[in-house]
Amino acid sequence: MSTEFIIAAIITVVGLTTPILLAALGELVVEKAGVLNLGVEGMMLMGAICGFGATVSTFNPWIGILGAAAGGALSSMLFAVLVLELNSNQVATGLALTIFGTGLSSLIGLSYTGFIVPVFGSVFPASLANDPYLKVIFGYSPIVYFALAMVPIVGWFLKSTRSGMILRAVGENDLSAHSIGYSVKGVRYAAIAFGGAMAGIGGAYFSMVITPMWAEKMTAGRGWIALALVVFAGWRAGRLLVGAYFFGILMALELYAKASGFSFLPSQFWAAMPYLMTVIALSVISMRDRSGGNAPACLGKPFLPST
Amino acid sequence: MGTETTARLELKSITKRFPGVLANDQVSFSVQPGEIHALLGENGAGKSTLVKMIYGIMQPDGGEIRWNGERIVVANPKAARRLGIGMVFQHFSLFEAMTVLENIALGMDAKIPARELEARIKEVMTQYGLKLEPHRIVSTLSVGERQRIEIVRALLLNPKLLIMDEPTSVLTPQEVEQLFIVLRQLASEGCSILYISHKLHEIKALCHTATILRGGKLVDTCNPSVETSRSMAEKMIGGNLKTIEKAEGRAIGREKLIVNRLNMPARSHFGVSLKDITFTVREGEIFGIAGVAGNGQNALLLALSGETLSEDEGAITVDGAKLGRLTAKQRRLAGVSSVPEERNGHAAVPEFTLADNSVLTARDRLGMVKIGLIDQRAAKTYAGEVISTFAVKALGPGSTAGSLSGGNLQKYIMGREIMQNPAVLVVSQPTWGVDAGAAAAIHQALVDLAAAGSAIVVISQDLDELLSLCDTLAVINEGRLSPAMKVADADIEEIGLLMGGVHGDPAATANLHPELAHAHQA
Amino acid sequence: MRIKLEKRPEPSTVMQFVTPVASVLLTMLIGVIVFDALGIKGGRAVTDIFLTPLLATYKWQDVAVKAAPLIIIALGLSIGNRAQIWNIGAEGQYIIGALAAAGVGIAAGGAGGGAIITLMILAGIVGGTLWAVVPAFLKTRLNVNETLTTLMLTYVALQVLGYLVGGPWKDPNGRNFPATAPLHADQTLPILFPGTTVHLGVAIALILPFVFWIIMSRSVFGYQIRVVGSAPDAARHGGFDAKQTIWLSLLIAGGMAGLAGALEFAGALKAINLGFPSGYGFTAIIVSFLGRLNPIGCLIAGIVLAVTYVGGQIAQTTVHIPNSTAGIFQAMMLFFILASDILIRYRVRFVASPKATPLPAAGE
Repeated sequence: MSTEFIIAAIITVVGLTTPILLAALGELVVEKAGVLNLGVEGMMLMGAICGFGATVSTFNPWIGILGAAAGGALSSMLFAVLVLELNSNQVATGLALTIFGTGLSSLIGLSYTGFIVPVFGSVFPASLANDPYLKVIFGYSPIVYFALAMVPIVGWFLKSTRSGMILRAVGENDLSAHSIGYSVKGVRYAAIAFGGAMAGIGGAYFSMVITPMWAEKMTAGRGWIALALVVFAGWRAGRLLVGAYFFGILMALELYAKASGFSFLPSQFWAAMPYLMTVIALSVISMRDRSGGNAPACLGKPFLPST
Repeated sequence: MGTETTARLELKSITKRFPGVLANDQVSFSVQPGEIHALLGENGAGKSTLVKMIYGIMQPDGGEIRWNGERIVVANPKAARRLGIGMVFQHFSLFEAMTVLENIALGMDAKIPARELEARIKEVMTQYGLKLEPHRIVSTLSVGERQRIEIVRALLLNPKLLIMDEPTSVLTPQEVEQLFIVLRQLASEGCSILYISHKLHEIKALCHTATILRGGKLVDTCNPSVETSRSMAEKMIGGNLKTIEKAEGRAIGREKLIVNRLNMPARSHFGVSLKDITFTVREGEIFGIAGVAGNGQNALLLALSGETLSEDEGAITVDGAKLGRLTAKQRRLAGVSSVPEERNGHAAVPEFTLADNSVLTARDRLGMVKIGLIDQRAAKTYAGEVISTFAVKALGPGSTAGSLSGGNLQKYIMGREIMQNPAVLVVSQPTWGVDAGAAAAIHQALVDLAAAGSAIVVISQDLDELLSLCDTLAVINEGRLSPAMKVADADIEEIGLLMGGVHGDPAATANLHPELAHAHQA
Repeated sequence: MRIKLEKRPEPSTVMQFVTPVASVLLTMLIGVIVFDALGIKGGRAVTDIFLTPLLATYKWQDVAVKAAPLIIIALGLSIGNRAQIWNIGAEGQYIIGALAAAGVGIAAGGAGGGAIITLMILAGIVGGTLWAVVPAFLKTRLNVNETLTTLMLTYVALQVLGYLVGGPWKDPNGRNFPATAPLHADQTLPILFPGTTVHLGVAIALILPFVFWIIMSRSVFGYQIRVVGSAPDAARHGGFDAKQTIWLSLLIAGGMAGLAGALEFAGALKAINLGFPSGYGFTAIIVSFLGRLNPIGCLIAGIVLAVTYVGGQIAQTTVHIPNSTAGIFQAMMLFFILASDILIRYRVRFVASPKATPLPAAGE
């Protein structure tokens, strides 16, 4: 294997990993606060179209990213109000958000079909970004560096800051946190909004970097893989990074198998691989840790204080 | 400062309404600096609601709260802590998966660096003789240690008023005595203590003043040292105490339920495993299992009812039949009924009607199922019979279980099992959160069932209940059961030590408070 | 003024019926407002989507044919949803069911008739059930989250479909389109009313809700499902096996989705191509909730959702709104029904602001 091939492979893997890493980091914070939001896929699609739309309107990819974050966060608020104010079932409401996000993004996307924006690529000088070797470090979209930076930041926030400790407390025992005097709903609103924003940016990676145009359902189920990743990582930011790259490599294999034809198996086998591996990975994790281990104790349960 | 005459806390005509209930009705009393003030009342008398308003968790609908003479509104617990009010909850507000240090930090409003906080915690611990390891995960601690976290958390704020909500319900007599030493020291330093309990002997031993609540109303404020336990109990219950009528010279017959070396692994991280549980219950015998909460009572009930299965079919036998590997359904058919501690969601389904709830445990024994279909009429009839026989206050078999009060639902559940004439009945916390009238009725029903020849196991944290109800007693601690002893010649001090198990500090028994021990034996 | 929620002593039966109807009406109202704001004739769009299919008799057959799979899948899903076992992969089970039926059809060659059709339907049920075995096994043995596994297997099912119709089962006379050969006339489901598209599957979708209703409301099995969903500890106390409940609810849901797939294939589409999976498996989740997890409710809700599908197509030509609009309406209905759930157990009260008493003196 040549160096060029390895560099190309790394760049492919990083590209495939970034959206699921972003969405999973967001969902990690949401779940640590005790909320299960299955609407990741819908929020990613909303982020993808809002980011794309904002870029088309302003010609500024940075504003596009803000638009993506806002689109994801705003759509997550639909979920938040239902779940936090009306105590609706979290699983069903998350599903509703995914269905809604899929439909609404297609509707908004109609006005943007046929548009193409410049790829939101590397912002480093061309000498670095296009260098055949150095591009493996400098050749990525700013979103990639942002995603990588967020791994230690989220980890540090959860583990070492007071706000992170309060967030974990809310996810661990909402009634106690409430009785001490913390605003359970406030913390959860913030967490859900953060999860929405991160999913939105993850979605925008599809419409602004991978294929700089809009297509219906372009996130292709990656939101669900992000959800599985959080379980797989045992609710730890560090392991999330490892898991995300594991899936990134699997998805890259599909592309190479299709392109190179070295596969003796049909291409559909490789396309199904990430999903099959998700099932296998979840099983292996559950086998090792039968009781659910690190899952926040209040995950997915309604908060019913007696006031 | 010359404020000797100003009360630290004064409540004037505090009123709080819930849908359908007047939880507090014009309650007024005051607490002086350095006073240990008891708030006495039955479950449901309105004690917890009252202190939740003082601590700012709830807001009163009427009346006023005065703090050092000034009228205040306690908007939330944070505001309460700023005023100098600390609270130790009955159900601890702890975070299982987090460390002691994190748990304490969460209770502090100010942002204190971890190292400084740790130093201050150590300071408080040495000052009051409280032992704790700051970096342990809470889920690995005993109940007594968990309460210590709450106390340290409250003490770090230098409280002027400390509210203790039923602090001893989960402690061994020895741990209770250690707690009292801390509370007396605090009071001597000028901190007021509002001590909520329904245990009269403790109040006599500890408190300077007692305010008694009944049905949300203030009944009396008295000096516990001049009252007798009986007189306070009568004020609390509002009538003369009923004693259980045990049939004279009740015959205890042959061996019925034999549990032999029953082992059961823990069901979760936080669960307790059962180790070599062995005991025998005879026909007509009421066998009590005492112990501090969380020592395997739940696991034992599940193992006996068949909700968890034993590896060894011979571990549980009834009349010689081996039941260890039989399911809950099969054991019921074999005559073993059970009533778990949690009524809503375990013994009964809150959203279901009483008729539907009768199907839950009576369908096979009473033939409510025909070719896979439920005979609704039979279920309704049976539910109606239980309601009338056990004087359950409900509109009828169509009422949902969740709409009944705790006492009435418990009467219904007990009735549902007892009217199936079980050969063996296992009951956990039969009168937890139940008013005195219902408790007496339940106790009487158990005694009558035993008189009819059933073998009964009562698991309870309420030692007084067991001592008055049971013929035989054993103590469970960390999943091990002590040898059985006759209640008639049981020694309260020994029971206390057994309840403490490995957590107990043997040295503490040397100076076990005489009044405490005495009150139990009375 | 402040909104306050008060727990009802008994769950409201009235609200059980009112909330689904109100959800549909609210969705229509919001639809009018939003479309007007977007510069589309809102009144016309909503009329076309929700009413035209009901008023135009020639659209009834379309509604019936679209409602059939939705109802059948939703019946199965309602059991799991009631027991709080979340199968969101009905789409995959539906695909595999259809493929299994197609496999029988292909294997039968030129043979047809009642026996072969019955065999195809049975194969559909078995196929859907088998696709649900994996999540059920993983859930009961290893406690693997069934929500994720059922969905992941849907993506796998899509690839299986892509492989079969593009490879071994590709129609040799199909000008190289990835699709199976159309079924022989005597391998398709009988048509109930000559001259229409209403096939046997519609009749099955009309009968099954009543069968399920008897099972859910009268049988011990239905009781078991309801107890497990409301209070799992009570279910264990009552002697109901939690694992058995998981197995049964997942397998029944899989079987129903497989049945729906087989009927849709053998009754409506008669060939499978890459466009075969049209999202019925996901829409059925909405049907299940809109029908309040009640079998008869599913029947009615299935018709409502089918109306929006047919109406969506009408509105596409009349007011030129995209196909995805129907999806937004469907999701809105689900949002409203979930939001209004609380009204069954709580009463909404408007109360005066809480701070009627004098304000604090502390700190002054």
